[in-house]
This record gives sequence, C-alpha cells and structure tokens, in this order.
Amino acid sequence: MADDRNFFNEMLDETGGPRQPYKRLAKWLEDKPSNFLTKKSRDAETIFRRLGITFAVYGADEATERLIPFDPIPRIISASEWRRLSAGIDQRVRALNAFMHDIYHRQEILRAGRVPADLVLQNEAFLPEMAGFTPARKVYAHIIGTDLVRVSENEFYVLEDNTRTPSGVSYMMENRETMMRLFPELFQTHHVSPVEQYPELLRRTLESVAPDLTKSNQTIVVLTPGIYNSAYFEHAFLADSMGVELVEGPDLFVDAGKVFMRTTRDPKQVDVIYRRIDDAYLDPLTFNADSMLGVPGLFDAYRAGNVTICNAPGTGIADDKAIYAYVPDIIEFYTGQKPILKNVPTWNCSRPDDLAYVLDNLQDIVVKEVHGSGGYGMLIGPTASKREIAQFRRILQTNPSNYIAQPTLALSACPTHVASGVAPRHVDLRPFVLIGDQVRITPGGLTRVALKKGSLVVNSSQGGGTKDTWVLED
Amino acid sequence: MLGRTASSLFWMSRYHERAQNTARLLDVAYRGAIMSHSGQEDGTHWTFALANSGTESGFHEKYDELNGRNVSTYMVFSKDNPASVRNSLELARNNARAVRTGITAELWEAINTTWIDFIDVNPQTITHEKLPEFLAWVNQRAHLFRGALLNTVLRDDGYCFSQMGNFVERADNTARVLNTQYTALLPDIDIADDGSKERYQWSAILRALSGRRSYRFAYPNARLKAFNIAEFLMLTKEMPRSLAHCYNWIADTSEDLSQFYGSREPSLDLAFEISNTLLEKQMRDIYQEGLFEFLTDFIGKNNQFAKQLSEDYNFA
Repeated sequence: MADDRNFFNEMLDETGGPRQPYKRLAKWLEDKPSNFLTKKSRDAETIFRRLGITFAVYGADEATERLIPFDPIPRIISASEWRRLSAGIDQRVRALNAFMHDIYHRQEILRAGRVPADLVLQNEAFLPEMAGFTPARKVYAHIIGTDLVRVSENEFYVLEDNTRTPSGVSYMMENRETMMRLFPELFQTHHVSPVEQYPELLRRTLESVAPDLTKSNQTIVVLTPGIYNSAYFEHAFLADSMGVELVEGPDLFVDAGKVFMRTTRDPKQVDVIYRRIDDAYLDPLTFNADSMLGVPGLFDAYRAGNVTICNAPGTGIADDKAIYAYVPDIIEFYTGQKPILKNVPTWNCSRPDDLAYVLDNLQDIVVKEVHGSGGYGMLIGPTASKREIAQFRRILQTNPSNYIAQPTLALSACPTHVASGVAPRHVDLRPFVLIGDQVRITPGGLTRVALKKGSLVVNSSQGGGTKDTWVLED
Repeated sequence: MLGRTASSLFWMSRYHERAQNTARLLDVAYRGAIMSHSGQEDGTHWTFALANSGTESGFHEKYDELNGRNVSTYMVFSKDNPASVRNSLELARNNARAVRTGITAELWEAINTTWIDFIDVNPQTITHEKLPEFLAWVNQRAHLFRGALLNTVLRDDGYCFSQMGNFVERADNTARVLNTQYTALLPDIDIADDGSKERYQWSAILRALSGRRSYRFAYPNARLKAFNIAEFLMLTKEMPRSLAHCYNWIADTSEDLSQFYGSREPSLDLAFEISNTLLEKQMRDIYQEGLFEFLTDFIGKNNQFAKQLSEDYNFA
C-alpha cells in the first residue's frame, strides 16, 4: 500500500495531464525558467527569517530557532472537495464536543457500552476535576486542528483530532501572505478563498464563550509558556492579530475567585483565556504543583464560572490515540449519522489479539505511542531497517498498552520544489476549526509536506516543510 | 499595558545600549593598542576596556593571558561575560520577542536582523585586523535600532519605558567610565603640568563616550583639560552621553508617564531630584565634595531610580 508508485498524485491524473483544479498552475509552472523557483524559495526564506517566523527545537543548543522549510508551490483543493471535507469536519467536531460533555456528566455512551468505560475513566487525559462542570455553550474544544490525509480522489482519512492546543495556524496565514508577495499574478488567475479572517473569527469565537455575555468589552488574553516555547511565534502572532494581550502565567493572578492581569496600573479582570499551555501546567494548586507556568487558583476561578479557559481542561481525552478508534461510534452515537470522514483502522496493542497481529506485521504498519506527538517514538514499518523493527518489537512486548498501530496509508502527493526541479512529495492537511456560537472552518489549512523522496513523515521536527493551501471558489 | 511588557521594553533598550557601549570601549582599547607611540603598555589598553565595562575580574577567571585576542573574544563573543556584545544583543532580542505584540515591525526587524547576522559570524573570522570594522557594524546596528524606535513607535507609555531603559543604561555607563578613570580627571593634573602624560587617557575617555569631536566644539580653545572633560561628560546637557543630558531626558519622560497615567509616582520625584542636582551643581562644587564620591553616589541613585520605576509600574 505504501509502494511509492502507487499513491494519489493531486496534480496529475493517470494520463500525466493536470487535474481540473491544477490546470492553470501546471501551465504557469511549465512556462517558468528552471531557476525561478529556487530564487523564489530564497526570497521566501529571507522574508520568514526577518519576520522571525520560527519554531524552537528542544534540546538543540545553537540556533534553537529554526525555520520550517516553505515550499513555494501551492496545494489546490476544489470548491466541491472542500464542501465535503468541511461537512465531515463539522460533524466530527460537534460529536467530539458532545462526547466530552457526556463523559464529564451522565456518561451515557459508557453506560451504553459503545466506548469501554475503563478506556475513558482510567485514561490519563480524563480529568475527574471536570466532572459535573458545564462550560459556556457546552463547548470544550473551541479550537481544533483536524489532521487529514488523502489516499484517492474521494477518500480522506482523519489521522488525529488535535483537540488540546493545536498549532500551525500562523503558518497557514504567513504562508498565504508570503505567496501573495511572491506570486501576485497567480492570485489574479485563481479565485482563492481568503484565510486572513481567521484572527477575527477566533476573537469572535472566544468572545462568544465569555462567562458574562452582557459585558460590552470582553477582556481576552493569550496565555503562553514564554519565548522558549516551540510555538511562541504563533502565540505572539495570534495575540497581535486579535489585538489582545499576550500573557505568561506570572502576569495573571486570582483574587476572590476572579482572574486579573498585572498591568502598569490597576489590575484588569480577564474574561477569556486562550491558553497555549498544557492542562498539567495550568494551575499548580490543582494540577502539577511544580509548574512555574500556570496561575495558582485558576481552576477554581474557572469552575466558579468567572473565566473561560479555551480549550477547556480535559479535552485531551477526545484526541487520545486509544479513544481515536471509537470516534466513528462516537459520531453515530451523538449525531445519529454515519461518519462522513473515514477513520484509519487502528489496533490497540493493549488487546492481546491486536498485539499478536501487530507483532506479525511490523514491516507493513505504523506503530505510534498512545501519548506521543511530533513524529517521535514511532515506527514506520515499510521504511524501517531490520534492526529498528527488532528493537521496536522488544519495546512493544515490554509495554504493549503504550502503543497503537495502523496500516501504512499511501499519502497523496503534491508537486513540490526539490533540487532536481519539481517532483511529487507526500502531504497531509490540517484545517483549523473554531467552535463557539457556531462552527467556523477556515477554507484551507496547513499542508505539511515530507521533503525527502518517498518519506511519509511530514512533521516539522522531522524535516517536513509546509505549503500554502488553496481552496478555490466556484 | 502589562507590567511585564513595560519591563521588557525597558530592558530591550537597556541591553541594546549596553551592546553598543561594550563595543565602543573595546574599540577605544584597540586604537590604543595599535598606536605604539602612545607610550603605554599594551595591556593597559585592554585593561581600560575590561575595567570600564566592569568585567575585569570575570576575564581573569577565564583567561591567563591579557592580550587583544582574548579580550576581544571575551567582550564580543563570550557567553560567560554578562556584558558581552553577544549576551547583550541576545537579551535585547529576547526582551523584544517577549513583547512582539508591543513593538513595530520595523523595530523588530532591526533587532532580529542584527541578532541573526551576529550569530552567523564565526568568531574565528574576526581577526585582529577585522575587529574595528566589525565593531563599527555593531555600532551602526545599534543606531538603526534607535532610529527605528524614534521613527516608528507610537508616543505612548511603551515609548517612555523604551527610552528610560536607554538613558538609564547610558547614564550608568558614562558614570562608570568616569568613576574608573577618576584619577586622570582630578583638576590637580591641570595645575601640576600640561597634562601630556594624561593625553592618551583623556582622549580615550572622550572616545569611549563618543565625545572627542563634540568636546572640541563645546570648548572653543579645544585644549584637553581634566576639569573641562569632566564638566563636559557630567554637566553639559547638550552632550548626549552626559549625565545631565540623560537625566534631563529621564525627568521629562517621567513627567510624560505621570501625565499619561494621570498619577504622580515616587520615581518622578527621584528623577527630578537627580536631574536638578546635575543642573544646579558646578564642577567646582563636585571637586570639592570629591569626584569619586559624587560619581559613586550618582551610580547608586541611578540604580535606585531604575528600581523605583520598576516598582511604580509593576515590572515583573
């Protein structure tokens, strides 16, 4: 299935001619001199470096800020493809929010036996502190980045739901800005749906879940762990483009059940916190006592209904890799409909039968840590060496419940600028979804591309790059 | 505005000023060292740079030999020297990054590009011959930063905090250079002889504080005299690195802040007290009280002002 000759090429059809959405782009690419893209890539890099659009790499000593490689060839999605995708995403994020409301209240899905109770209640990502508490509009995950991969003309799979603190949206926006600077002529010949409204929509979403909706001016803040966090640029970018303060834990304090920020003058009450720090670090009094990043007393203020935290604490349960396998059931249970987007078949290695199958087929499948992310701690069978497979087999046998496995998907490929010119490289897609008074999905998202030939790993920490993603208007 | 934002703006400017001051001190030492006819031991020049930047003991802990190579590496590139150009630029940039939302794109690009270009430089390639050119580059980048600040930043509280950081650091630097060199600035020298022995030192002090040319305009006969040099660098408010100029600025800015916020804070009173002293005092009085004592007292007051400012406006 992962054979390199057998993947879906998003630009070219079986005859080698361009598919409909790519027709103009293919012609344009053909007309350009060979060094054109090389020069444009360099221009793009200069723009990114000067603006400081960087991410930090943990553990790297020198130059801890790196650029994510930017590929100047856009990925194009037609209007009809997008309609189907966004309907599927809409269905999925509503179901996941309904699921969280249920498991933190009556737990009907567990009682109905559709999801094993142990899997939820014994899960590290399940926060008992959230039980019985109802956040504004019953929304738990306000910002979701749904990771999708395409395997054929009409088949999209959801890889991960990212319901905690998904990142990458600033790249979606800066990639578009950069493309408009580099290739203004392409935007005249293509009707590309804009993405620039995202910060405005994010702000509206956050305002719509404030504790007291009668207040005319809601004070919103973005809470960041600080400048050494890998996504710090994005935190600053979002605060700046929403016109709100970017705060760190010590800038906030709780007094009489309310949250305030320390200003150069009087303390100012905060209504909504878009937090970009993990649950465990939010409040040293409730969670990790050693946390220097959080705000003592924040969780009590939250439960008292005096501040909204976005995303809510405890949303990690919805994108847990062990829960993932049950998302189709979750969708059916709460919406009464069949899932529009597919789930990748998943083996839970904690189940002996599944484990046996996985151990027998390591060379063909992908094994992931249940709580891992960023492409670390995983095995991609088809590209792994015999030694790596043997090593992983031992790890799996020692601690099977820490792993899930999935078949290797033949990720679709898009034309990408490489040393030899233009060649297909594998991609995924992360659209960004906002959930508040309504569900808002920005057309497009972040396309990540594996720059190495044949590679299926798109993570920026593993040498992946990004592309601008165009959704064409009808 | 967050108290932490105010603090970061203050330190962003302060560290940038420090980077420039360190580079300038080193440049003065370099000039002295290559001029064999200055009649001084080579080591004296390097010690001048280290002592004035307050890093002499730190240097000797790390290096056995006092020479140009070691001193320039320590003052420019060393991570172990808290006042090195490298550390100052990095801290300036970190503070700017922490307030990305509060500064203009032009200001950020000035700081960020300086840092990117700086860390791209391999210290091995900055040979003895290339040092002046490199230090001139640091100096120009610092001017670009100041220019971007003055030309693009909204004149609000944030601007005031940025300016404060700059002038507090500058006043501290000027006072420390004078304090370290005070024996050369005692008026007895003017009387005892024509000062030919101190010529080099005087000229170095003026250069270290960017005042060699303007001194000649300020004192029509242009002769270097300890009394005039001290007066120029301390009390002449037209001289942009003098203590009087810095505090003139700090007092005005404190006034702006208190108008902006509509409240009078203790730091304002302190700024006026220091500024008035510098406006009212004559050099004669200061010599009478003791130059060293006056400067030591000033350095303490300047620190006290910075501390009061951070308390008044909730710096984190």
